[in-house]
Amino acid sequence: MQSALRGVAPADSSPVLRLEHATKAFGAVQALVDGSIELWPGEVHGLVGENGAGKSTLVKMLAGVHQPDSGRLVLAGKDVTLPSPAAARDAGIAVIYQEPVLFADLTVAENVFMGRQPLRSGRRIDMRAMVKKVEELLGELGVRLDPGRIARGLSIADQQVVEITKALSLDARVIVMDEPTAALSAFEADRLFAVIETLRQRGTAILFISHRIEEILAICQRVTAMRDGRHVLTEPAGTMTPDDIVRAMVGRSLVQRDEGERPRPGSPVLSVERMTREGVFVDVSFEVRSGEIVALAGLVGAGRSEVARAIFGVDRYDAGSVVVEGARLRRGSPPAAMAAGIGYVPEDRRQQGLVIEMATSTNIALASLGELRRFGFVRRAAERRFATDWSARLQVKYSRIGHPVSTLSGGNQQKVVLAKWLARKPRLLIVDEPTRGIDIATKNEVHRLLLELADEGVAVLMISSELPEVLRIADRILVMREGRLVKSLPSAEADEETVMAAATGQLAASGS
Amino acid sequence: MSTLVQSEPSLQAGAAPGSARHLVDLAYRFREHGIVAVLALFVIATTAIQPRFLNSSNIKFTLLNATIFGFLALGQTVVIVSRNVDLSVGSILGLSAYLSSAYLADHPGTPIPLVFALGLAIGLVCGMVNGAVTALGRVPSLVVTIATLYIIRGVDTVIVGGREVVANSLPDSFLSLGTSTIAGIPVITIGSVVVIAAGAYFLRNFRSGRELYAIGSNPDAARLAGIAIGRRVFGAFAFSGAIAGLSGVMWAAYYGTIDSTAGTNYELQVVAACVVGGVAIFGGSGSAVGAAVGALLIATISQALYVLGISSFWEQAIYGLLLLVAISLDRAIALRLTSALRKRSYQQRAA
Repeated sequence: MQSALRGVAPADSSPVLRLEHATKAFGAVQALVDGSIELWPGEVHGLVGENGAGKSTLVKMLAGVHQPDSGRLVLAGKDVTLPSPAAARDAGIAVIYQEPVLFADLTVAENVFMGRQPLRSGRRIDMRAMVKKVEELLGELGVRLDPGRIARGLSIADQQVVEITKALSLDARVIVMDEPTAALSAFEADRLFAVIETLRQRGTAILFISHRIEEILAICQRVTAMRDGRHVLTEPAGTMTPDDIVRAMVGRSLVQRDEGERPRPGSPVLSVERMTREGVFVDVSFEVRSGEIVALAGLVGAGRSEVARAIFGVDRYDAGSVVVEGARLRRGSPPAAMAAGIGYVPEDRRQQGLVIEMATSTNIALASLGELRRFGFVRRAAERRFATDWSARLQVKYSRIGHPVSTLSGGNQQKVVLAKWLARKPRLLIVDEPTRGIDIATKNEVHRLLLELADEGVAVLMISSELPEVLRIADRILVMREGRLVKSLPSAEADEETVMAAATGQLAASGS
Repeated sequence: MSTLVQSEPSLQAGAAPGSARHLVDLAYRFREHGIVAVLALFVIATTAIQPRFLNSSNIKFTLLNATIFGFLALGQTVVIVSRNVDLSVGSILGLSAYLSSAYLADHPGTPIPLVFALGLAIGLVCGMVNGAVTALGRVPSLVVTIATLYIIRGVDTVIVGGREVVANSLPDSFLSLGTSTIAGIPVITIGSVVVIAAGAYFLRNFRSGRELYAIGSNPDAARLAGIAIGRRVFGAFAFSGAIAGLSGVMWAAYYGTIDSTAGTNYELQVVAACVVGGVAIFGGSGSAVGAAVGALLIATISQALYVLGISSFWEQAIYGLLLLVAISLDRAIALRLTSALRKRSYQQRAA
């Protein structure tokens, strides 16, 4: 990447935003000890760090949600304070969150201009001018989207486009993107990168936060790493290797998988035969053996999660069969799937995996209430012991196990979901995007946990949109495209190019 | 690394613009126009059985009944689209009906616009209380307005006691408002339609109107967009209260006899009219015109039952059924729509 410093402005220009030695404490917790960042016009600046490193706090300062206890914020050479989100917006800072918050019932154009609609005589909204303006902005971004359609049903990628359009309409000088690619398919992420490049060429400064180091190195000119609420380093991206970044973030490098030690897989635990759900997936057949980790790879929307949901009985399928350890599984019945020894960790842990307002202990015990019951009543003390035991095994970090699980960090919430299912000692564990939005250290722990489970003879079916993760821990990779299983690869023969080529239906890998 | 940044990614977002828009438009049109079709069917069916149904006195009766509910539904729509509900409107109507008509009975020379202004002021004050507690106290409006439903009715009962305002203590010019017609259409109906049309126009074309929809659609996003949520919600309740106050005066003119039970149980019928008329109960979508048509449908059914000689005991059960059908249909359409939009995005991506 020889062009790493391309776009970082020459000496006669000045940074558009500079945050210097900002601190922030919430009660006794010092969330930010030394938050510093400097953004230049026409720069894509990567921000990396584990969860809890202070990235979110820093972002929320720039968004006007939190105010620093000390330190200074300099915008275009002037000291400023941002007492509210509106103040940040007026100062030309736009923040795009991982899952945009749109008005589902309103049109794309109204979403962009809400509260700032162009007016005509009598203070009435000038609908035509509004739609035209949004069309122009979408055109500048090179994206096709109908400004007149309502936002309901837009993909997350398109929702982000709406947010970026809003930022453009505000003439934002600084756009902060908080893990924008976490929920995107590779294709959608590429589209986003093209949009980011357009913004960069217009002279916008972009702060790009991601857990995916490959992305950071590919699209950023400079990278800032944070650890434990402190600024650790800022370097040109071109001078760094992925390992450098990981070391800066965690102070150690990733554990690599030991290829030789994996036991040979045993007998089939799960056999899916010619399973079809009309309009969703067609004629899907595969096996998962005991001690084997099989990954379902493919683009978002290829039907991977839907296959998992059908196996576990959340959705019905129209044809085919699911056999678990020789016995055919009744379709459309999660209790039957659980009784057959299947555990299912869904994609959206907050919505589907956890009862977010209930205690951590209750959540862990939720799938095992049968064995914690006496005369039909759950024994609270037993539940607590049980939960404490399992959270210790998975190293869940909580302040009190009786507090709502919503108070835990994303990584720890994911461990709670895993604990819930591991406690049932499943024969087959289905995990859907098990490490989305969680930090590298926890991600490592989740990976190690899945590998350990496989070593104990559990069959693991993993859905993941992160190819490095798939390549790292899966024994076999099944690639889905448009509802069909198009390729099965032993991990030894797989690399990013072959998997992506199969997932996108291209013969050769793109962009060499 | 270069695999991640392709030089020419195709930049087509979402569904093909035409088709998605077409689908959404169709669904929304169905929401509003579907109820018109149901209304027409109902009128045709009833008339086929009992031709007397379409005579002028029945039409007038139906319109008068629909007028007060349709008018109240305007205020309720403004509140519901912001993801709130105002259950105190029946009580506000009762209080305003008694106080304004009693004042008029005591001061027979009072100009009628002043009586309406009095009713409006009474309603406005009640609505402002609702709005203040909901917006400032961050109490769910369901709870707040159930409380004020009882409080205002209680105050009303204390003030009225066992008395009542009777028709012959009120000037004819006032009472004729409730009975006189222009081209067969009652005067208060015409007045209400004008106000409802203005309200619908406001909700569509003014920032503060759109902001109510934004708040109802996604309060978090509304906050991030810098919308003054508290002020807007307060305004919605104040408006709903004012409308209920005006309805009280109309009610008094129409019925002529006012005691402390005026408007009892109206709140649920008004909410029903809104929902039947396509206003989403959890906010974000729906129109005042739809709600008014909902009110008209309910009034038509009530009148049809009377004309057909069916016991009015059935009325409530039929309202309930209608509400259930409307909500189920709405939900089914919403789910269908979402999945159809998804499928289209998916097909587009696959293509």
